This record gives sequence, structure tokens and C-alpha cells, in this order.
Amino acid sequence: MQIDKDLVAASATPLVLAILAEGESYGYAILKHVRELSDGEMEWTDGMLYPLLHRLHRLGYVTTEWRAPPEGRRRRYYAITDEGYAALAEHKRQWVTVTRALGDIWGGADLLPFGMGRV
Amino acid sequence: MEELESKIAEWRSFVRHDSTVDGLDVEELEDHLRSQIADLTAVGLATDEAFLVAVKRLGRLDELSRAFAHEHGGRLWRQLVTSDRGEQRETDSRWLEALVFAVAAALTVQVALLAAGFPGKESWWLLRNASLLVLPFLAGYFARQRRLCLRRSLLTAVPFVIAAVVINIYPYVEGGSTELLVAAHLPVVLWLVVAYPYMGGGVRSHERRMDFIRFTGEWFIYYVLIALGGGVLLALTALILEPTGADVERIVEWVLPSGAAGAVIVAAWLVESKQRVVENMAPVLTMLFTPLFAVMLAGAAVVYAVTGLGGAFDRELLGVFDALLVVVLGLVLYGMSARDPSASSSWMDRIQLVAVASALVLDVVVLGAMIARVGDLGFTPNRTAALGLNLVLLVNLAGTAWLSIRFITGHRTFHRLERWQTTYMPAFALWAATVVVILPPLFAFA
Repeated sequence: MQIDKDLVAASATPLVLAILAEGESYGYAILKHVRELSDGEMEWTDGMLYPLLHRLHRLGYVTTEWRAPPEGRRRRYYAITDEGYAALAEHKRQWVTVTRALGDIWGGADLLPFGMGRV
Repeated sequence: MEELESKIAEWRSFVRHDSTVDGLDVEELEDHLRSQIADLTAVGLATDEAFLVAVKRLGRLDELSRAFAHEHGGRLWRQLVTSDRGEQRETDSRWLEALVFAVAAALTVQVALLAAGFPGKESWWLLRNASLLVLPFLAGYFARQRRLCLRRSLLTAVPFVIAAVVINIYPYVEGGSTELLVAAHLPVVLWLVVAYPYMGGGVRSHERRMDFIRFTGEWFIYYVLIALGGGVLLALTALILEPTGADVERIVEWVLPSGAAGAVIVAAWLVESKQRVVENMAPVLTMLFTPLFAVMLAGAAVVYAVTGLGGAFDRELLGVFDALLVVVLGLVLYGMSARDPSASSSWMDRIQLVAVASALVLDVVVLGAMIARVGDLGFTPNRTAALGLNLVLLVNLAGTAWLSIRFITGHRTFHRLERWQTTYMPAFALWAATVVVILPPLFAFA
């Protein structure tokens, strides 16, 4: 099963914020985490993650920092801010409402496929 | 391994060549590419296969650069460069459309001049209605550009109709100050009405409001340039025609208003289609003038504070301070649209803060003196309008200064500053509309 493109786009922001809420991270690691969470069913075009991260930065939801390990390439890390937590909470509220509505009409609580509890 | 390095280098230069993705972004993408390649080779792929898969996963470059351009508004014009050839034809037809609207505006002005018996007698009617003769065409141009639906097009027309009715049924005292105030404030109201079709009806979106602010600044630069060129053209024409005995002054009197009206639409079209040119100019102008204004304002603030000049200020000079605050606000907005919103604070932000803070100090000194004496001065239409505008600008700049401090000290993002300006936009429209609609009856149309 492939998740619909619009649905992937709509869930991208809360997903990234939720991953960053677990701890700071960088682009590639975030993407890998998304793949794991969705068992590879949410197919992202890798490059598109970066404009999204930059948008979150502009909105003040994340801070960013270039960090160079002793050996190896420097890497850009992202960390969630208080405003980011607030935005995440708002997203969560909206998704819960949507999934509850869908669950009500389809008649089954097991219709929450991507584990809202984790977001 | 060496082969991989050369492939990555090739990829890097290819991406960098596409200018929507700048240096640091490329570095970030490259890090991604390398991590992906490392993972793929770890599960057994050959390096060249891994490279291909990783590049493919990053996505098509044109889509990627469009996404980057979309996010980084300041780089948005580059979409024009990266877009496909197919859009070329569309640009041509837009050119024709702009010309139609520009000519229509110019003709309307001619008809109005004839109707008003210009230039035989001074026509207050014409002065009052000037912006109503031109700006509906700009609104119409944008309504077509944005392909507004019928309902939204009609909604765009409503404020113009209301304005036309209101300012033409009010019984102004001929040449009174309320009439002059209406002539000065109506263009502001109507300009902000144009924002509605410009934003394609989505007036709630802060991003689009910021686009409109940016558009206003860029339009202004283009308009000034066109005016300068037009002035040179008219002067040369006059010199050349003089020996033929033609009444040059009469010709200029007739050509100038129409030219000025048509230029409003042409400038808007230029901003829309040739944004690249002006976007390079705005940062330069800001860099040049922000420090100069900061020095001037800081000097003046110190002098006023030390000598106590403010108290003895002529009451009519409040208008001068209004102009000063408008200029400072203009600098702030130019600076805002010229900078990269995700960059951290720089010395330019500090200099701008100095300019804003000095202007605020100056204004508060003068305003304090005004309010202290308002009892024996009484309210006239002019003074009320000047005082109101002053307060509206003061609140805006005070908010800007506060958020700038928070931004420079790292407590707030730059985005908050943008938000403040875009949220504040309706206040200007409201105040200008108040002066147009409510002030004249309050002062018996004097």
C-alpha cells in the first residue's frame, strides 16, 4: 500500500516535529526514522525534507546548528523549540479529531494505522 | 572511491549551478547524499549503483529547486529562471494585458481632464477623484492576472464603488482642508484595496501579505525610475518642439497626467515580470540609506533631547514628523524584504534598530509637546489627521523596535517581526478610511 501524496504532505510537519521532540537530529537521520515508523510505506522524495526543515526554522519551530565532529564532515542539526512543541500539540489535536471522526464512521478504534499515541 | 568523489563533485557543481539552492543548502544535501550512499554500500550495493539510487531518491532537481525557491521567498524570482520554456508565451500575453489596462487608465484620465474643463480652472473634484481614476484599473489588472472568480471580482469592485459614492456626495467646502485630506488619504485606502486582488483573495495569509508589502516597495522603485525617465523624455521633447512654435506647456499638461496614470500599471507589470532586477536593487538601497538615516536620526534625537527644542516646536511641523516616520517605516520594510528571513541577526539589524529607536525618541518628544498643548490649540481636521497618523505609525514602530531587540538578543525569530508588520497592515487601511469617511462630517466638511 502506498500512502496518498496529499496525505504524506499533510502529515510531514507533525511527523518531523514529533521526531525532533524525541531529541535533536539531522536530515538523513530524520528521514530514516520516518521510513522505519511507516515500514517504508510513506515514500518521501528525500530532497523535499530540507525545504520543510527550513520552513520550520523560519517559523521558529526548530533551531539549527552546524556541528563538525572531530573527524568527518560537518552536519546540520535541528532541535525543537517551545514554539515547535506548541505547534506539535496543535497538530496532534487536529489529527486526533480527524482520526476519531473517521474511526467513528468506520466503526472501529483499530483504524488508526499510524499510531497516534506516538505523535 | 575516487570515482565516487568525482561523481559527487560533478553532482555538487550541477546543483550549485541552479541558483535556488545556495552553498550551505548544497552542503546539507551533500551530507544527505553521502549518508545514503554509505548505507546502501553497507548492504552490498556497488558505489556507482549506490550513487545513482541516492541521487534518484533526492528527487528531480527542478522540483527540488522549486521547493527551495518556494520556501525562500527572497529567492523566489529564480522560479522565473528555472521554469520551463512553455511559460514564455504566457509572459508575452501578460505584457499585452498590462498594456491594455495602462492605456485604459491613461484614457480615463484624459476623459476626466476634459470633463473637468482642465486646465482652464482649478478642479478640486479632479484632485479628490484622481486615485479613483487609476487604481481600479490596477485592481482589474490583478483580478485578471490572478484569474479571480466572478464573486471575488465583484467583491474587489465594492470598495471602489463605496469610495466613489462617499467622496462625491459629501458637500465639501470648496478647497477646504477636509477635501485635501481626502485627496491624500484615499490613495492609501485604495492601494490597500488593491491588495485583495493582488493576493488572489487570500487576505488572511501572512505570506501573501508580505508579498504585497514587497510588491509595494518594488513598485515604488520602478515607478520612480519610470518617472525620472519620463521627465527626461518630456524635457527633451519640449526643447525639440520649442522652435516649431508649438505650445509646449499645454502639451506637457495633457500628457503628464495620463503618463503618470499609465505608469502605475506598467510599474506593477514590471514588478511581476522582471522582479529579478529590482530584487537586486532593494538590498543595495537599504544598505546605503539605513546607516545614513540612523546617523541623522540619532544625531537629531540627541540634539533635541539636550536642547529641549521639542517643546518649542511649531505645531504644524507634526506633519514633518509623520513624513519622517513613514520614511523610517519604509526603510524597515525594505530591509525586511531584502534580508534572508532565516539568517541570524547581523550588524544591519542593529543599525536599523538605532534608526527606529531614534525616530521614536524624536517623535515622542514632539508628540508630548503637542498633547500638552492640545487644550489651547483645539482640534482642526489637519491636526487630527496628523496626530492620528502619528499614533498609528508610533505603535507600529514601537512594536518593531521591541521585536527587533528580542530578535537581536536571540529571544525571537525574525519571522515574528514579519508577522507583526503583516498583522498591522489593516490598521493603516482603517485609519486612512476613517479620515476619508468619518473625519469630513465631524468637522462639517470644512
